[in-house]
Parts: sequence; structure tokens; C-alpha cells
Amino acid sequence: MEVGVNHYLVLAGILFSIGLYGVLSRRNAVVMLMALELMFNSVNLTLIAFSRWVTPSLLTGQAFAIFVLTVAAAEATVGLAIVLAIYRNRASVSAEQVDELRG
Amino acid sequence: MDMALGVTIAFWILAAVTVGAAVWLVTTRNVFHAALALIAAFFGFGGLYATLSADFMAAVQILVYAGAVAIVMVFAIMMTAHQREDAGRFQAPAAIMAVVLAVIIGFSLLQTTWQISSAQPAQNTPPILAEQLLGPYVLPFEIVSVLLVSAMVGAIIIARER
Repeated sequence: MEVGVNHYLVLAGILFSIGLYGVLSRRNAVVMLMALELMFNSVNLTLIAFSRWVTPSLLTGQAFAIFVLTVAAAEATVGLAIVLAIYRNRASVSAEQVDELRG
Repeated sequence: MDMALGVTIAFWILAAVTVGAAVWLVTTRNVFHAALALIAAFFGFGGLYATLSADFMAAVQILVYAGAVAIVMVFAIMMTAHQREDAGRFQAPAAIMAVVLAVIIGFSLLQTTWQISSAQPAQNTPPILAEQLLGPYVLPFEIVSVLLVSAMVGAIIIARER
């Protein structure tokens, strides 16, 4: 059976859901950021799949994927810097112990 | 025909590798194993981009994600102490949420008919991408470079010891 756009989209949906499960269920902030990267990557997969089948000669989806990639890189840097700052202050990377802003 | 068969086989193998690595990433209790799983998933994504004729994006995926982001993650693991975490309180609700989301996404995807173009994918993508980024998308391109610089400066300021 020929692989079509739906194969890639369903695969990306499954990977996005796995990433969401990781972000919600884990308490280690570093692993949460890793699962977030997984979600970013699955969005990029949908964009590139659409680029292949909807705009094969313009590559609009791939241009968008480059923007997502850049924003994901910025997110990873700032996120890990925040994790390091939290770790320096309280010697833990557990997301449950960060509750200063809780009302 | 042989080409299409090869792409089909490559898709299924890469899909299995990527999903397996993703499941390993979210289920393992060892942070370093999670980083290894993440790197495996990044390579799987790179291979999937290659099956989509996105040669430049596949190279960028390996360079930026499997290279730079993976190194940053490993550094973050090395600079912080990790004890084996026990199962979180939110495991069951998170699993339910994820399954519901996957079913909704899959259902709405398969209900939609996309406007599929019959044209062959472009063979040499970097020149086309360059024209896109410096043509119609030049403003977002500049904004994203400012964002990247400010994120780098912000990360240095946040993570700096004082």
C-alpha cells in the first residue's frame, strides 16, 4: 500500500499524544522539556508532510517548519536555563516543588 | 515503483523506531535513558523527513536536534542531580488525556479530505527554501532571528551565577 499524507499525519498525532503524556505525567522538569521537544518535532512532521503533498513545488510547509524549529531551539535554551536557575536555588528539578506562584 | 516500495518500507521502519523511542522516552525512569531515547527519536524524525523528499530539513534535523538540542539536554542532566522518580500522581489522567487526544486527532484527520497536489516533490529544496525565506517570509525570518538572539541573551542572564 502506498504511503500517503494520512499515514504521516496519524503518525505525528500519535507522537504528539505520547509527548503530551510525557509532559503531563513526569515530574522531572528536564524530562518534561524532552517530551515537549517530541511534541515540537511531531508538529514539524505534519508541516513537512503537508509540504510534500499540498505544496510540493513551493515548499511552504518546510519554510514554516524552519520557523517552528527556531522557536523550539529558543524554547529549549530558555527552558533549560530556567531549570538550572531553579536547581541552583532549591537543589531539585522536580516540577512539584516549584509552587511560589500558587495562590 | 521500486522507489515507492522503498519509501513505504522505510516509512514503516522509521515510524516503528520513532514511536518506540518516544514510548521509551516517556516511560523510562532513568533520565539519561530518556536523553538517549530522545536522540533516537530525533534520528527517526530525520529519516521520516528524508522519505518526504525534504533533504535540507532532514540534514537540519540531525544537525540542530540530534546535535545541538541533544547536547544541551545532556548538559542539563549533568548539571542537575536526579534521583529515580517514582510514578507520578497524574499518570492515569495523563494517559487518558493522551489517548483521547490521539483519538480526536486521528478521527478528524481521517474525516478531512486534503487538497492533494499531483505534482512531483521538488528535488533540490535549499534554493526554493531560500527564496521562500528571503521573499514572502522575510519579515517572520527577521523576527525569528531577533527572537533567537534575545532567547540566547535571556538564557545567559537567567542561568548565570550571581
